[in-house]
Amino acid sequence: MPAVSKGDGMRGLAVFISDIRNCKSKEAEIKRINKELANIRSKFKGDKALDGYSKKKYVCKLLFIFLLGHDIDFGHMEAVNLLSSNKYTEKQIGYLFISVLVNSNSELIRLINNAIKNDLASRNPTFMCLALHCIANVGSREMGEAFAADIPRILVAGDSMDSVKQSAALCLLRLYKASPDLVPMGEWTARVVHLLNDQHMGVVTAAVSLITCLCKKNPDDFKTCISLAVSRLSRIVSSASTDLQDYTYYFVPAPWLSVKLLRLLQCYPPPEDAAVKGRLVECLETVLNKAQEPPKSKKVQHSNAKNAILFETISLIIHYDSEPNLLVRACNQLGQFLQHRETNLRYLALESMCTLASSEFSHEAVKTHIDTVINALKTERDVSVRQRAADLLYAMCDRSNAKQIVSEMLRYLETADYAIREEIVLKVAILAEKYAVDYSWYVDTILNLIRIAGDYVSEEVWYRVLQIVTNRDDVQGYAAKTVFEALQAPACHENMVKVGGYILGEFGNLIAGDPRSSPPVQFSLLHSKFHLCSVATRALLLSTYIKFINLFPETKATIQGVLRAGSQLRNADVELQQRAVEYLTLSSVASTDVLATVLEEMPPFPERESSILAKLKRKKGPGAASALDDGRRDPSSNDINGGVEPTPSTVSTPSPSADLLGLRAAPPPAAPPASAGAGNLLVDVFDGPAAQPSLGPTPEEAFLRFVCKNNGVLFENQLLQIGVKSEFRQNLGRMYLFYGNKTSVQFQNFSPTVVHPGDLQTHILSLAVQTKRVAAQVDGGAQVQQVLNIECLRDFLTPPLLSVRFRYGGAPQALTLKLPVTINKFFQPTEMAAQDFFQRWKQLSLPQQEAQKIFKANHPMDAEVTKAKLLGFGSALLDNVDPNPENFVGAGIIQTKALQVGCLLRLEPNAQAQMYRLTLRTSKESVSRHLCELLAQQF
Amino acid sequence: MIGGLFIYNHKGEVLISRVYRDDIGRNAVDAFRVNVIHARQQVRSPVTNIARTSFFHVKRSNIWLAAVTKQNVNAAMVFEFLYKMCDVMAAYFGKISEENIKNNFVLIYERLDEILDFGYPQNSETGALKTFITQQGIKSQTKEEQSQITSQVTGQIGWRREGIKYRRNELFLDVLESVNLLMSPQGQVLSAHVSGRVVMKSYLSGMPECKFGMNDKIVIEKQGKGTADETSKSGKQSIAIDDCTFHQCVRLSKFDSERSISFIPPDGEFELMRYRTTKDIILPFRVIPLVREVGRTKLEVKVVIKSNFKPSLLAQKIEVRIPTPLNTSGVQVICMKGKAKYKASENAIVWKIKRMAGMKESQISAEIELLPTNDKKKWARPPISMNFEVPFAPSGLKVRYLKVFEPKLNYSDHDVIKWVRYIGRSGIYETRC
Repeated sequence: MPAVSKGDGMRGLAVFISDIRNCKSKEAEIKRINKELANIRSKFKGDKALDGYSKKKYVCKLLFIFLLGHDIDFGHMEAVNLLSSNKYTEKQIGYLFISVLVNSNSELIRLINNAIKNDLASRNPTFMCLALHCIANVGSREMGEAFAADIPRILVAGDSMDSVKQSAALCLLRLYKASPDLVPMGEWTARVVHLLNDQHMGVVTAAVSLITCLCKKNPDDFKTCISLAVSRLSRIVSSASTDLQDYTYYFVPAPWLSVKLLRLLQCYPPPEDAAVKGRLVECLETVLNKAQEPPKSKKVQHSNAKNAILFETISLIIHYDSEPNLLVRACNQLGQFLQHRETNLRYLALESMCTLASSEFSHEAVKTHIDTVINALKTERDVSVRQRAADLLYAMCDRSNAKQIVSEMLRYLETADYAIREEIVLKVAILAEKYAVDYSWYVDTILNLIRIAGDYVSEEVWYRVLQIVTNRDDVQGYAAKTVFEALQAPACHENMVKVGGYILGEFGNLIAGDPRSSPPVQFSLLHSKFHLCSVATRALLLSTYIKFINLFPETKATIQGVLRAGSQLRNADVELQQRAVEYLTLSSVASTDVLATVLEEMPPFPERESSILAKLKRKKGPGAASALDDGRRDPSSNDINGGVEPTPSTVSTPSPSADLLGLRAAPPPAAPPASAGAGNLLVDVFDGPAAQPSLGPTPEEAFLRFVCKNNGVLFENQLLQIGVKSEFRQNLGRMYLFYGNKTSVQFQNFSPTVVHPGDLQTHILSLAVQTKRVAAQVDGGAQVQQVLNIECLRDFLTPPLLSVRFRYGGAPQALTLKLPVTINKFFQPTEMAAQDFFQRWKQLSLPQQEAQKIFKANHPMDAEVTKAKLLGFGSALLDNVDPNPENFVGAGIIQTKALQVGCLLRLEPNAQAQMYRLTLRTSKESVSRHLCELLAQQF
Repeated sequence: MIGGLFIYNHKGEVLISRVYRDDIGRNAVDAFRVNVIHARQQVRSPVTNIARTSFFHVKRSNIWLAAVTKQNVNAAMVFEFLYKMCDVMAAYFGKISEENIKNNFVLIYERLDEILDFGYPQNSETGALKTFITQQGIKSQTKEEQSQITSQVTGQIGWRREGIKYRRNELFLDVLESVNLLMSPQGQVLSAHVSGRVVMKSYLSGMPECKFGMNDKIVIEKQGKGTADETSKSGKQSIAIDDCTFHQCVRLSKFDSERSISFIPPDGEFELMRYRTTKDIILPFRVIPLVREVGRTKLEVKVVIKSNFKPSLLAQKIEVRIPTPLNTSGVQVICMKGKAKYKASENAIVWKIKRMAGMKESQISAEIELLPTNDKKKWARPPISMNFEVPFAPSGLKVRYLKVFEPKLNYSDHDVIKWVRYIGRSGIYETRC
C-alpha cells in the first residue's frame, strides 16, 4: 500500500499535530484549533483554486480536529472533491473523511454515491477497494440501497482481482448484517459458494465469513458449501506447514480460515454423503492427532493458533454429537488441558466439557475427570475458572456421583467467592433434589446448605424444601428431627429458623414423643430465636405457634401468654400485630374441633416447574439455559438426540423428583413421546408415590376414574394438561382446575367455561356451578388455576361439561370434557347396624327403587381395592351386615339442596366366575339406576 | 470542616497533598483528577460532589487548588480560605506556578500545618505568619522573641506585633473597584454592579488606632440630621452600599452600633474592606454596536464607544473584543483610533486603545467574510466585551477621612502622611449586539 511516506508527508499537518500535543492546557489547545480552523476557512473560501495536495492536507487537519472532539461544519465539499482525484493518497483521505464525518442524511450523499459508483466501475483495483471499504465503513441504509445490487456482481465477476473480491465479500457481509432485507438473493449465491474453491486464500477467508452469515438465514441455498468446505478444510489440515506460505502462521497453516470453515460446518447437520463425512471425520481426527504432536515452536502464537483450531474442532464434534469415538477423544484431549499451565486453556476446556457432559456418548468420559475438576474447584486461582468448574460438576452430575459432587460443592461453598455463592447454592439444591435417593439425605444437604451459606439461600430454595417435605410423608419425621437438632446450634441462620419454624409447626408432633424434643422444649427453642429475626420470620413463627396450640394443647397457655404480650399485640408492624391479635382470639374463642380444622396440616403443594430451576435459568440468561438442562440442547440438534434424554431413568422411579424435569415439562409440540415425563408430574403429586405413570388417559377413561377419586389428571394432550383437585361436603363442592401449558408458547384468549347440558333439557337447574375467570393468556410452561364452586340443587344424571378454548400459535383450539362431578360426590356415608340396614332395605322394596346389575370384572378382583373404591365412591362400608363376608354392603345419603336420597348398596363378587352382582336401592328410581351404572363401570 | 487539601498541576499531577481527617482517603485525590481535571466536558462549577465527598476548587493560572470534605461545611468559608491560601502563597513566593510550588513545597506543608488545624482554619495573616515561618532557613530565635511571637499569635491582636517603629509614619489607601455591566443593544442596562475593595498599606509606629470614614449613605444621613445644609450638599454624593465585609481587625461591634469603622491595622498591606453597590453606578463607557448581515457570506460590524466621565480624566488600557462568527474566513478592519486586529485563535476582533479622555467618542468598522456551511445553526451573537481602567471609583465612593490615634507614642494624626488612590477597572463589561 502506498502509505504516506516521508517525502509525500504533509509537513503542515505534522507541525499542527505537534503543536496540539505540546499545548499546556485545554485553553491553549482550543486557541490553536480556532486559529487553524480560521486558516482553513480562509483557504477554502474559494477565491483561489487549491491544489490536490493542500486540499488533502487541510481535510486531514479537519479530520484530526474532529477526532479531538470538536465540531466540524465545513470542508465536506472539499473532501468530496478529493474523491474524484486520480492520486491514491488524495482519494484515500477523501474516503477517510467521508466515512468518519458524513452522516447519512447529508445532502452530499448523492455526490458521494456518484463518486463511489465511478470508482466501482473503474478498472483500477485499488480504487475499487477504496470504494468498497467506504461503503462497508459507512454501512448506512442509503449506501446499502444504492450499492447492494452492484456488489454481488463484482464479487462473482470473473475478471475481478482477488483483493477486490475479498473486499467485496466483506463489504457485502457488512451490508447484510446492517440490513439483511436489502441484499437480494439471486443466482450469485450459488457462485459465491464456489469462491470456497478460489486459489487465493484471502478470498476464501472472506467468502467463508460471508457464507456463514448468509446460510444462517437460508441454509438450503448454501447446502452445497458443505462438501466444498470439507475438501478445503482437509486440504489445509493435511498440508505441510510450508505449503501455504503467506497464510501459515507460526507453523500453523491458515488457522483463521480453518476456524471459519469449522464454524461454517457447525451451521449444518453432519453431511449425509458418506464420502464427505468420511473425509471430514478424517480431518477432525487429524486435528486431534496434531494436538498430540510436540509443538513446532515455543512461541505462544503457535500454541494459540493450534488450540483455536482444536477448540473449534471440538465444538464441531459436540455439534454433530454422532461420533462416539471422536467425542471421547475430544473429551480426553480436554482432560489434558484441565491441568495445563495456561489459565485460558483450563477455562475453555472446562467450558467445552460442560457441553460434552450432556452428550450420551461422552458423558461417561467426562465423568472420569471428576477428581481433576474437583481439584480445580479447590485449588484454582482464577475465579472464572472455578466457576466453570462448578458448572461442569453440575453438568456431569448423575445418580452415581451426586453424593460426591454435592458434598464437594458444599465444601467449596464455604470458601467460594461471594459473587457465585448464590448460583452454587441453587445448583446444590437442584442436584440434591434431582438425584436424591433417600430424602433424609436431601434434607440433610439443604440444611447444611443453609448452615454454610444461609445468606445466599434464596427463598425459592427453602420454599422448595418445605414443599418436598410437605408432599412426602416419609421424610416428615426425619425432617422435624433434623431441623430441631439444627436449631439447637447457638447461632443459626434466619433461613434455618424459617424452615425450622415451618416444619416444626407442621410436623412437630412427629417428634414430640421424645422427651428431649417435647412440645415445650420445641416451643422454647423456637421462641429463643424469635427476637433476633426479621419481621417476615417472626410472622412465620407466630403461625407456627398457633399451629402448636393445635398440635400440643398443653402449650396453649404459654403461647397465649406470648401472643398476649404487648410486644406482639401492639407491635409497630401491622402484619405481626394482626397475626398476634387474630391468633390470640382464634385460640381462645374457637373449640378444639374448629382449631383442628382451621389449623389442619397443609395439603400437599401442587407441582409446577421447580422454582429453583426457573431461578437458575433466569440467572444464567436464556442462552445458557440449554447448557444447564442436561437433557436438551439447542433446537437444531434436538432431532438428533431427542431420543436419548435421560428422562426414562428418572421417570421410572416413582418419586416427586420427576418434577425436576420441570424444564422438560414443556417439550416442543412436535415431539410427542416426550410428554410422558410431563404426564407424570401431576399424577405423582395427586396420587402420591404409589401412582403408576400413565400415558395420557382418554378423556372418557379419565372421567370414569374420577368417579371414585377426587384428584388427578383429567385431560392431557401435547399442548395442555388439566389437573383436578376437588372436595365435597354435603351438597357443596369446590373444584380446583389446573391448566398447564406444556408448550413453550403462550396461549392466547384462553377461556374455560362450564356448561351443564342437563339444564337445557329440563329447564330445571340441578347443579349450580360458579366459576372464577382465569387470565386470558397462559405463558409457556406456566400453570393457571381455576376454582369452581359447585352446589347440588337436585339429583342429576349428566355431568357438567367443561369447554376450553384458546389460541395456540394463532390456531384456535377447542376441547370439551366432562367435568368429574357425579351424583355420588354428594354422598354422605351413614353408619348403621345390621338390623337397621335390613329394615331400611325392606322399606325400599318397590321394584323401581331397586337397580341391579350383573357384570364381568374388568379389573383383578382384590378385596382391598374394591373396598377403597367403594369408600371413594362415597358410601360407608358396613361390616358384619351381610352374612357372607365376601360381600360388601354400603349405605349413605345423597345430599342435594332440594332433597336427600337415602341409598343402600350391596356388591357380591364371585371370584370363580369373575363376576359381580351389584344391587342398589334408593328412594329415587333415577338415582338408583344412575348410581348402579356408575359403580358398575368401576370394577 | 475541610478534610484535606490538594494542589495539582495542569496535567492533574499531585504537587501537594495534605489530609487532615481520616474520612478522606487516598482515592479522593484521583477522584478529583478523573472527574474534574480530566473531565471530558469542562467542569464549570467550583463545587463538585463525587461519591458523597465535596470538592471545592479554585484555579490559579495552571494550578488547581482543591479542598475536600465529607461534611456539610460552609462553602463560602472554604473558598475564603482557598483565596487566603493563594494570597499567602503569593506573599511568600510571588506568582503561583508549578515551578514555584515545587521549589517551596516544604514551606507550603509547613504553612498548611499552621493555617489549618484538623481542618479548622487558623491564623492566616501573612504578616503574623512571616514572623514564625521564614524562608531564611532556621534562624535561631531568642527566647524573648519566641515568647513574643507566642503572645502575639495567641493574643487578642494576633495580626500586629508590638514595638513597631518607623521614622516616617505613612499610609496608602487604594480604592479598587471593578464594574460589571450587561447592556442590551438598545442601550438599556440589564444588570450592573460594582464590587470594590479598600486596600491599605500602613507603615505606622506602635499600636495606632485608626478610624476610616467614607460617604456611606447611612452615616451621611445620620450626621445630616444635625446640619441640614450639609445634607443637601452631600446628598447626591453619598452612596448606598449593598453589603460589605471587613478585615478581622475592624471592630464589628462599633460598626454595628455607630457604623464607624475603627481598627488597629496590621503592619504592611491588607484588605480593609470589601463591598458591593448596585445603585447610581457611573458607567465609564458606552458601547453602541451595529451588526448587519449582508447575504450568507458577509457581515458588516460597526462599533462606537463613548467615554462618559470628566474630560480631565484619562482612561487607560482600553480593549474592545468583538466576537466573530465561527465560520469567518476573512476580516477587514478600519478604525480611527488605536489598533484593531482579527484574532483567529479567539474568534474575535480585538481593538486596543492606549488612552482616552472623558467625553470622547471613537469608532471601528469591520467587514467579515463568511464561509457558507451546511449547518443550519444560526450564529448566537455573543456580546461585545470591554476592558479598561479609569482613575475614579465608578460606584461614587469617596474616602472622607482616615484618622490615626496613637496615644502612647507622640505622633498625631497630622504627622501621618496619607495617600489615597482610586482605580476603577472593568469586570465583565458586556454589550449585546
